[in-house]
This record gives sequence, C-alpha cells and structure tokens, in this order.
Amino acid sequence: MRLTRFAALAASAALMLGAAACGGGGSSGGSGSDVKKDVKFDAGTTMEALNKAQKIKIGTKFDQPLFGLKGLDGKPAGFDVEIAKIIAGELGIPADKIEWVETPSKVREEYIEQAKVDMVVATYTINDARKQRIDFAGPYYVAGQQILTRKDDNSISGPDSFKDGTKKVCSVTGSTPAKTIEQYLKDKATQLVLFDTYAKCADAVKNKQVDALTTDNVILSGFVSQSPNDFKLVGSKFTQEPYGIGVKKGDTKFRAFINDVLEKIAKDGRYEKAWKDTVGKVDSNTPSAPAVDRY
Amino acid sequence: MNVLVDRFDVFAGGFWLTLQICILAGIGALLIGTIMAVLRISPVAPLRAVGTAYVTVFRNVPLTVVLFFSAFGLPALGSNARFLDVPGLNVVFSRLGTDLPYFRFAVLGLCLYTGAFVCEALRSGVNAVAPGQAEAARAIGLTFTQSLRYVILPQAWKSAVVPLGSVIIAMIKNSALAGFFGVVGDLSQTADSLVSADGLPLIPVFIGISIGYLIMTVPLGILLDRVERRVATR
Repeated sequence: MRLTRFAALAASAALMLGAAACGGGGSSGGSGSDVKKDVKFDAGTTMEALNKAQKIKIGTKFDQPLFGLKGLDGKPAGFDVEIAKIIAGELGIPADKIEWVETPSKVREEYIEQAKVDMVVATYTINDARKQRIDFAGPYYVAGQQILTRKDDNSISGPDSFKDGTKKVCSVTGSTPAKTIEQYLKDKATQLVLFDTYAKCADAVKNKQVDALTTDNVILSGFVSQSPNDFKLVGSKFTQEPYGIGVKKGDTKFRAFINDVLEKIAKDGRYEKAWKDTVGKVDSNTPSAPAVDRY
Repeated sequence: MNVLVDRFDVFAGGFWLTLQICILAGIGALLIGTIMAVLRISPVAPLRAVGTAYVTVFRNVPLTVVLFFSAFGLPALGSNARFLDVPGLNVVFSRLGTDLPYFRFAVLGLCLYTGAFVCEALRSGVNAVAPGQAEAARAIGLTFTQSLRYVILPQAWKSAVVPLGSVIIAMIKNSALAGFFGVVGDLSQTADSLVSADGLPLIPVFIGISIGYLIMTVPLGILLDRVERRVATR
C-alpha cells in the first residue's frame, strides 16, 4: 500500500519534471551512438559476453533532469544516457538493444551485485563506502555541491551562512548533498528540510518556507534556467562529486575497457557532443573530461 | 546485521520522532473524531451535515494528497500552522515550536485524515447500541448530552474499541509518509538516508525500521486485546 503510494508519487513527480524539461527544446535523437561492427574481445570477458548477446542492461536514473530523465516517449534521456549509449556502441550494441533499468540511488549497489544490470550510469558519486561493494570506472564528470536562493535574497553567500542557525535549507532525502550540508548546520531539526524531489524544494524556496536549496550544481542550474526571475546560484562549488560508472566488483577488465572508452571520447569530441546535447542546454561551459582513476 | 547496533542512535532518533508524530496525531485524531461523531449523531440537521461533509472529504482523499495540501497548500495561504505551537506541549515535543513548519503540517494532515476514520469507528459503536437504550434515556427525561454521556457512549465504547485500535495502528504506519513532506529524521526517512547517503545495505536497515514500527504497534495491539476482553466480559 505504502509502496504503491511512493511509486505513484515518484511517477507523478517524474512526469511533472519531464514535462517541464521537455519545454526546454526538442530531444536530441540518438546522438553519439555509432555502433562498432567488427569488434573482437578476449574470450571470457564481460565485453565478449555482452557483444555476443547483443544486449545490455544499463541502470540509470529516470527522474534526474539533464542526466537521466524518462520522457513521455518512454525513453530516458540525458548526459548519463548519452555516455551509456556510447559505451554500448563501443561494445557493438546499438542503442535500441539497450534495456534501460531504473536505478534510484538506494538500489544501485544491490542491482549491480545481483546482476540485474550490467553497469550503472546514474549520477553515481564515487566514494569509498560504495567501492567496498562495487567497482567504479571513470569519473566522467565532476559535479559539486552549490546553493540556490531566491533572486532577491542576498543574505546567503555560501554554506557558512547556515552556521549561525537562522537560515533554512532544503535538499532531497537520502542524498549525499543532504548529508554534506548537515555539517554546516547548527541544528538539523530547525534548519533542514528534506523532500523526495528537488521540485518540491524549489517550491518551498519560492514560498519562503526555506531560504535555500542545495545539491549538485548541474541540477540547480536546471532550476535557474527554468525560472531565472525567481532563483540564482550563490557561492562556488564546495564539494567534489566525481560521477563514476558502477560495475560488478572485481570485473577489472570491463572497468579498464570503460575507462579506455572514456579516455577515447574525451579526445575525439564525442564527450563534448554528449554534453552539448544534454546538460549544455543550461550550462554552456563544457567541462573538460576529468582524468579517469584506474585504482 | 551489525548495522542495527552501529547506528543504533540514528534508529533511536527516528523512532522517537515518529513516536512524537504518532502521539500528537493520535490525540488530535481522537479529539477531531469524537467531535465529528457527536456532530453526525446530533439531532440538529446542519450539524449532521457538517460531520458528514468532513468524513466524506477526508475519508475519500488519499493521505498523500491531504499531506500535500497541508505542506504546500497552507503556506500558499500564508499559514505556518503556528496554532499547534501550544505552550507546554512544545517543551516535550520540541519540533512543534521550531521555525520550520513541516512537523506541524505533518501532524495536522495526519490528524485531519485519521479523524474521519475515528469518527466512523465511534459512530459504528453508537449504532451498535440498541435503539431502545436511547429511547429509554429520553423517556426518563435525559437531555441529548446527558443520554450520550451516561447511556450511549459508555456502551458504544465497547464495540468501538477494536475498530478504533485498528485506526490508530493504521495511523502509526501511515506516519511513514511524513518523511516525504519535509519532516527530517523520522523512522522511515532515517532508513532512506542510511541506505542511499551512507551506502548501508538495504535489507538490514529496513529490518531495523520494521522493528521500530513493531515496537509501537504490537504493544498497542496487545493492550487493545486486553481492553477488549475486559469490556466484553462485563
């Protein structure tokens, strides 16, 4: 009963976000997915198995604007999705053979461990706790936490503005940014509000129930681009959130293969194109691809 | 499973907050429900209409929607539900007095929703009292209030206690939704943050919060069984 309510809530929120994001411009149809025809992989590797099966299960977010957002056409779109399509293409698998699996934050490790997905590209911050259970290729992007306030509010300049205990901040339940901002707060009970979607936080900021919304910069940019008259970003990024691609623990060859692909596309312009087709619509500064970490 | 031991403080904090919500919402729902039940059985037609309208609205709207209007509708109307910041009560339940209104919104939403069910549970109890009892009360000259107080309600209570218990247990479980409307740190939301922000394994954490809810609901169920047996044998 409770689960169906959650699902309904999440679905309606995703739909609303989807509708809002679609207003921004037409989707980029299948960019960056040139499929390698004559690829050969060593026997026994994950790459060979996937290539032979001509099928891959990829986990992504279905509710994260700009990165992985399932639109009304039923297909996810965003930067994560483009990166995933490129990797599938390098494995010799066309984009329409990809089975997209929704992987919200809390099930990502579980799904990889249980082989419900072959890899996860889902705004997945690389950290040590997660590395205990799975392995990360990448990073392919370094996001950072930032703060959004009302356009007319000049009282907040950065995370330190919350230290005196008067300003209130909103984020999303169970997210890393929610955890991070806690250390800047004097009293969690009176300063922190958590919702299940960022859209609700944005509403709370607009209604003046809270003073700020904090999460990764790219998500905030999306809100500012939607309503530039209401919101602005303040301060600079105060964390480093390297987004990686999650694979099964111990599958070193698959991880090395993805890292090779990431290094290749950073040079040949496909990375830049994937960015420009998705996040680039609200954030015109194309980042340079970060160096992959072959730990 | 040592997650439960290592992060016991987090679970305990979540438990305490959920318990606070449930106690406040339970008291509120019983009050609202009793008032509405009296309205629904009163001899005055407009009052009956008020009671019926209340139950019709709040019993038929999903709790998520009630909580949504509470958390986003009230602020839009300019209310922060400050009237719940009762002096004295806000010492024990410190969240009542904070600048952040979401705890109050959640309690209010849960009260209003559960109140409709409490009303119907009580009314079913009243309906179970033989009509002859009310007629006899009237015949000996008792007023409406007197007949309710001395004749109807003491008997109605017996058959209402079991459905009332189910309503309150359902409310405790429903309180898990509060975490989705801005209340930080209740039991079910605790689980979400332990799992996704701290990367703890899903199943032990959810076993942990299940235990938390069971600690609240099982003793209540046992207590109700006892009460039922006592009132029934009399």
